[in-house]
Amino acid sequence: MKIEDFISAIEEEFDDIEAGVLKPESEFRESFEWNSINALIFIALVDTEYDVTITADDIASAVTLQDLFNIIISKSE
Amino acid sequence: MAIFTVPNVRLTGLAGAVPKKEISNWDYDWITMEERELFIKQTGIEKRRVVEGPGKTTTSDLCFLAAEKLMDELNWDRSEVDCLIFASQSRDYILPQTSTILQDRLGLPKTCMSFDIGLGCSAYVYSLSTIATHVSMGKFKKALLLVGDTSSLSTPYRDKSSYPLFGDAATATALEYDENAADMHFNLQSDGSGWEAIVIPDAGARNHFNMETSFKEVKVSDGIYRSPTNVHLDGIKIFNFSLMEVSKNIKKLLKHIDKSIDEVDYLVLHQANKMINEVIRKKMKVAPEKVPYSLDKLGNTSCATIPVTMVTQMSDVLKSNKVNSLICGFGVGLSWGSAWIETEGIHVSDLIIEE
Repeated sequence: MKIEDFISAIEEEFDDIEAGVLKPESEFRESFEWNSINALIFIALVDTEYDVTITADDIASAVTLQDLFNIIISKSE
Repeated sequence: MAIFTVPNVRLTGLAGAVPKKEISNWDYDWITMEERELFIKQTGIEKRRVVEGPGKTTTSDLCFLAAEKLMDELNWDRSEVDCLIFASQSRDYILPQTSTILQDRLGLPKTCMSFDIGLGCSAYVYSLSTIATHVSMGKFKKALLLVGDTSSLSTPYRDKSSYPLFGDAATATALEYDENAADMHFNLQSDGSGWEAIVIPDAGARNHFNMETSFKEVKVSDGIYRSPTNVHLDGIKIFNFSLMEVSKNIKKLLKHIDKSIDEVDYLVLHQANKMINEVIRKKMKVAPEKVPYSLDKLGNTSCATIPVTMVTQMSDVLKSNKVNSLICGFGVGLSWGSAWIETEGIHVSDLIIEE
């Protein structure tokens, strides 16, 4: 599992993000419109790609994309 | 574990009824046009059918229409109906139960047992298991399962988290004792620790009514105003629950009955929203054409989603073919379950649109 793949999956899923804009240190709440529907899309994306269900608490505890990726890795072990 | 098999019961017919009033989420001006576009794209809910408002058409009125049509078209002798179950979260009255009102209104005999089941998203699977068990054990000639909801009555316009999701619908399912019928198989589960994820706090016995607060809409967050007699939805909790539990439940049932997912002709999911259902579909590795949707035109119709999807999306194939359906309901309670149902050439009435 590489964070680059995770980022490109996000860029593909969200139409309003241009490729190459997101970095591991990007704060996802600032990078694109973070509303309740986008949170659900994000949870669905992670579930489909990694077979991991992340919760509202997981998202609340994360600031950057790297944080989210770390949570996914820890949950998939 | 509540995994069990019910023999000798044949599902012989299905009917559905919806209100006349159709609403488009494109016209939902409580949110911006961009938000509407995102909502429709992601939830898959474009239009909904809703009752005119409190005191007008009820779930039981719609059930009555569906049941009348179904019994007429099946040429049922009403004196042979031994059991009626009404499963809904929108009963006509706090008391009495709605099922007995329907028993009388439908002209069913006093020898017919009738009772209500108060479940929501899982109502169809649960109540089908209940009525099938009664038919099987009692060798009942005929039984009628009436399932529906009018969620629009508890979802206010100024709550963007619930208003655009729900439509109203009701259904009737005909069941008969038949020793040649294929077995039905069920896997039913519950987790009450999540009861607060979908709740109407007031108007029940716990909180009853507060004259000052029960009907007063207050701001919960941006775009969400509601009263304690409205439904409160915690979208992310429900989403997480659905993703974690639903596919596990289905897989366990299939394993128990020694069937593979490839033997399922149709996976009929509770129409929660497209995002949830598509993740479940992908987790189960089922092709899109095997997973029908009524969400786009009817929204999430709560208790009615599974039978109303079968009536509107699978009518032709159910009428002419032998079909293995895996049905699955999940949500409020939290309560969920799946069932393996084999049907062959059943009667499906055309969807009734209330006059």
